[in-house]
Amino acid sequence: MTVVSASNLSLTFETNDGPVHALKDVDLSVEQGDFVSFIGPSGCGKTTFLRVIADLEQPTGGSISVNGMTPQEARMKRAYGYVFQAASLLPWRTIEKNIAVPLEIMGLSKSDQRVRIDRVLGLVDLANFGKKYPWQLSGGMQQRASIARALAFDADLLLMDEPFGALDEIVRDHLNEQLLELWARTNKTICFVTHSIPEAVYLSTKIVVMSPRPGRVTDVIESTLPKERPLEIRESTEFLKIAHRVREGLRAGHSYDE
Amino acid sequence: MTSKGKTIPVLTIVTVIVVIWYVCVVWMNAQFVYDQAERAKVEPPAFSQLVVTTMSQDRPVLPAPHQVGQELWKTTVGKKITSKRSLVYHAWITLSATLLGFIIGTALGIALAVGIVHNRAMDKSVMPWVITSQTIPILAIAPMIIVVLNAVGISGLLPKALISTYLSFFPIVVGMVKGLRSPDAAQLDLMHTYHASAAQTFWKLRWPSSMPYLFTSLKIAVAISLVGAIVGELPTGAVAGLGARMLAGSYYGQTIQIWSALFMAAALAALLVMCVGLAQSFVLRRMGEKPA
Ligand SMILES: Nc1ncnc2c1ncn2[C@@H]1O[C@H](COP(=O)(O)OP(=O)(O)OP(=O)(O)O)[C@@H](O)[C@H]1O
Ligand SMILES: [Mg+2]
Repeated sequence: MTVVSASNLSLTFETNDGPVHALKDVDLSVEQGDFVSFIGPSGCGKTTFLRVIADLEQPTGGSISVNGMTPQEARMKRAYGYVFQAASLLPWRTIEKNIAVPLEIMGLSKSDQRVRIDRVLGLVDLANFGKKYPWQLSGGMQQRASIARALAFDADLLLMDEPFGALDEIVRDHLNEQLLELWARTNKTICFVTHSIPEAVYLSTKIVVMSPRPGRVTDVIESTLPKERPLEIRESTEFLKIAHRVREGLRAGHSYDE
Repeated sequence: MTSKGKTIPVLTIVTVIVVIWYVCVVWMNAQFVYDQAERAKVEPPAFSQLVVTTMSQDRPVLPAPHQVGQELWKTTVGKKITSKRSLVYHAWITLSATLLGFIIGTALGIALAVGIVHNRAMDKSVMPWVITSQTIPILAIAPMIIVVLNAVGISGLLPKALISTYLSFFPIVVGMVKGLRSPDAAQLDLMHTYHASAAQTFWKLRWPSSMPYLFTSLKIAVAISLVGAIVGELPTGAVAGLGARMLAGSYYGQTIQIWSALFMAAALAALLVMCVGLAQSFVLRRMGEKPA
């Protein structure tokens, strides 16, 4: 089943310095169970594309559907969970109360909330931290909490915008492993923005390489790596081959730019 | 800083102020002593005598601290609080108007801020009026409010309270508009992705975010409410209240009475601000604020 399908999608921001073509003629489809990474230089429209899927931004041309609906309908049906670059936890709520926010809004009963909170806290390895306030957690734990919050929704689609961008390499490796495991276990569809080539290659079944001004897709790489991926896979020739192709794609986008 | 660490600096400042005050007392009241000596055609007193006289005048230009202290003691502890001469009684009259005005002002301020944040038309139209309202001197408005309300049969506490309201709603509106708009774009976007209603976004995000702003505004508002209540007593010939005491004192040159009323007002203001501060730390602590 196709989860996200964009054709000829364009989005132009009208700014005081003239129009900015954040997205131009983007054609892309994301299938159920895909792990899609978006990679490209700053300003190439990665965030914008995710925000269009999430109905946080309105396209100015072309068409897009999410689960066969318009993004707005999909949002109203709570079809996706969104993870921002910053954890954006509410400082006056404990971790479990933060996770409860979307559940309260959905009108779930207290006992249903409890069940879901416990499940997602377990998924991100924070089972003992539910009663803590965000400031009592490290940056990596806060980010995991925000992922738990997005998971609590139980939507099949997860949109993640550089969720691990601000974390150090080791924590990031760890979270990458956990994310893969979680994805394999839940069979969710994930759209994941990153600046890191290894991260993109390690995680994805599909890598979308983008280039800026105007923002467009320059290459879509189907990963040939197996679904089972220990961290060591990053030293395999297969891995390096894909990484090389991503790098080439990024370079091509850059030279076009200059 | 602990309260222990604050004691010495505070005491030092107080001592310095009292010393300066006594110096000023001698300096400002000396003229009267000289004038009297001249009228009586006697030698002006020696300096040591002068100092004593300047500090024990009946109607000094500037009363000495101990005179004010004695008057305060006499009119608070020394009088039954139901007595018209008790400063506690007058303080209570002013305080009740202050609190009523403060409560109405806070409610009004919050209501306007909610409207401004949620409604484009209100955003464009209300704020200029709110600001204009504060450019009119309260001394000009106060008698009008009292007279107009008296004409429609409202008198007593409410007119004075409304003057407090007039002053106190302003910091609340300004603070709360800022506070309700303080959630960042990502948090608002998150609520949007949850398909939250405006009411849900308000109660779960905007309102809690605005709490620090609310309490800062409340501190200003409560102090300014007190000013409003006192001002409300001045032009209306009120017979009770701290404002009335100050006015009566100035009619009869009772500077000691004016100063003790002034100190009572300052103490009241400090007490009110302190109460808001306590409420603030209680609420923010309950909201899981990181201890400093
Ligand atoms: N609300 C907006 N108004 C005007 N221009 C915008 C807006 N949002 C994004 N842009 C512009 O659109 C382009 C794409 O932005 P976008 O945030 O999607 O880039 P990105 O690929 O996510 O970059 P980064 O890697 O730095 O996060 C940029 O040139 C940006 O300046
Ligand atoms: Mg971005």
